[in-house]
Amino acid sequence: MGGTASPPLVVLEGIAKGFGEGEARVQALSDITLSVEAGTVVGLRGPSGSGKSTLLNLIACILEPDAGRLALAGETVWEGGRYRRRDLRALRREKIGFIFQFHNLLPFLDATDNVALAMTLAGVGLAEARRRARELLDYLQVGRRATAMPARLSGGEAQRVAIARALANRPRIILADEPTAALDSERARVVMDLLRQVAQEQQAAILVVTHDEKIFDRFDRLVSLRDGRIEAELVPAKAA
Amino acid sequence: MNLALRDIRHNLGRFLLTCLGLGLLLGVALAMVGIYRGVVEDALSLPRALGADLWVVEEGTRGPFAESSRIPGDVREAVARLPGVREAGAVTFQTAEVTRPGGGVLRLQLVAYEPDRPGGPPVLTAGRGIARGRFEMVADRRAGLPVGATLEMGGQRFRVVGLTEGAVSSGGDPLAWITLRDGQELQFRLAPPAARRQLAAGGGTAGTDTVNAVIARVSPNQRVEAVAEEVRRWKHLSALTAAEQEEVLTRSVVARARVQLGMFTVVLLIASAVVVALIVYTLTLDKLREIATLKLIGARDRTIVGLIVQQAMALGIVGLAGGASLLFSVKDFFPRRVALGPEEVTGFALLVAAICLVASLLGVRLALRVEPQQALGG
Repeated sequence: MGGTASPPLVVLEGIAKGFGEGEARVQALSDITLSVEAGTVVGLRGPSGSGKSTLLNLIACILEPDAGRLALAGETVWEGGRYRRRDLRALRREKIGFIFQFHNLLPFLDATDNVALAMTLAGVGLAEARRRARELLDYLQVGRRATAMPARLSGGEAQRVAIARALANRPRIILADEPTAALDSERARVVMDLLRQVAQEQQAAILVVTHDEKIFDRFDRLVSLRDGRIEAELVPAKAA
Repeated sequence: MNLALRDIRHNLGRFLLTCLGLGLLLGVALAMVGIYRGVVEDALSLPRALGADLWVVEEGTRGPFAESSRIPGDVREAVARLPGVREAGAVTFQTAEVTRPGGGVLRLQLVAYEPDRPGGPPVLTAGRGIARGRFEMVADRRAGLPVGATLEMGGQRFRVVGLTEGAVSSGGDPLAWITLRDGQELQFRLAPPAARRQLAAGGGTAGTDTVNAVIARVSPNQRVEAVAEEVRRWKHLSALTAAEQEEVLTRSVVARARVQLGMFTVVLLIASAVVVALIVYTLTLDKLREIATLKLIGARDRTIVGLIVQQAMALGIVGLAGGASLLFSVKDFFPRRVALGPEEVTGFALLVAAICLVASLLGVRLALRVEPQQALGG
């Protein structure tokens, strides 16, 4: 897959994270060095407790690393034991889009407003946000369900709306936590193909935590974690 | 995009049901405010209806409402001659239980006065004032008596000739005016057997020219307090200004009722605050994942706080509107006056808003403690 020549949008250098104190301390991540370039989709796999979710939380600036350096979209965010930015929510609004296992759409907003909300939080006017939200839903081929409430959407449709929300503020980085876990094989592949398309067309770096073997062939790189360390990094064979 | 309203619209049935429950509670609390105010207004209704500037009563008493007071009827003449007194009238007060024309017991606060002198009924809403010397009555509409109805009291038949509106005693009984002579006979004349016994015992025949008080209206250019001071120098008499009489009524006569109602109102408001706090807390608990998602996608704290506080306020406003509507539709069926004016309702609404604001803090605290990573994972 192309994109290896692009600048890295996610850079982790020697990242470590532990929880607890003394004998109860658990080292969740040790010496993680990883970079994800623009236009690539990287999978993070590993057994439960291997540190996948912790790594995702660190990149999302929800958890503080204990050591190392974290840079997002060219900006060093964490270094020398502290955040370089005060307003981490603003950082997330500007640079990161999130896709969840269970879509996490707000149940009281329709599909359009779920997408528009992310834009209004970033300061876009409501009318403009709704216009762009409809464009995004059309782009993700779920435009005909623009006025549907989340409870009325199928799993695949809801996940597409969630992807539209993740793309709302044109983030350079998208973090996805088991985005296909609640989908059947066919819909899982469609979602992954959409993510690949987004990565290519918007030159975004996409990091996906997954257990889902049926989509491994959709990644540009597949990073395996075990006991908080990177065990292996593969380039999967692409399926037709 | 108002998230609070959108969430309410999404769960409209549950929200309205919650508002209904809260509305009933707030309606009861508002009713207590109205009853509290009604007790005070009722207590002041009688002295205000008589329009007296000065009350001359028995020495050493704060009569005639807080304590018993008996003075000779001719005191009226002496009071009327005082400099600055425009007019004076003698009055007696007594409570009577009579049989309604259609059956049933009717409790009345009788005010006996001298026609054409102070002490008579205020504005009549039907019929006429007392014109004949004997056995006529002007009653308040609360008595439920029509003009022309007759009542038997003390062996005599009294005919209702006129009606007033909103005149009740401190106990909530409707007022009824009769002539002073009728009142004195009802109150002070002994029944024939008792009079015979008193005569046989050498007690003589007791006169009935006794009154409970003499009320006076003072010229506008004269200080009421100065006239009261003059009366206080007389033997066996005391005087209270209108303001002092109202003070006696509100501080003594209905003081316990006021405190009781006030305390009960406070308890209801505290209960309302706890209920609102629990509702808002539960609503917030239901939205933890949504709140975590909002935080993760970059929502500011004020967006999340706004979601919770606005819902708490909406709950209070809709609940109060429902409770107040219900109360206003039934308040006239209450046996005692429920006095609710714009002042009481506005004050109560502000209090409810403050309660909702404070009660939402528990939910706000919970929401602000939600970690964004709660949105991740299954």
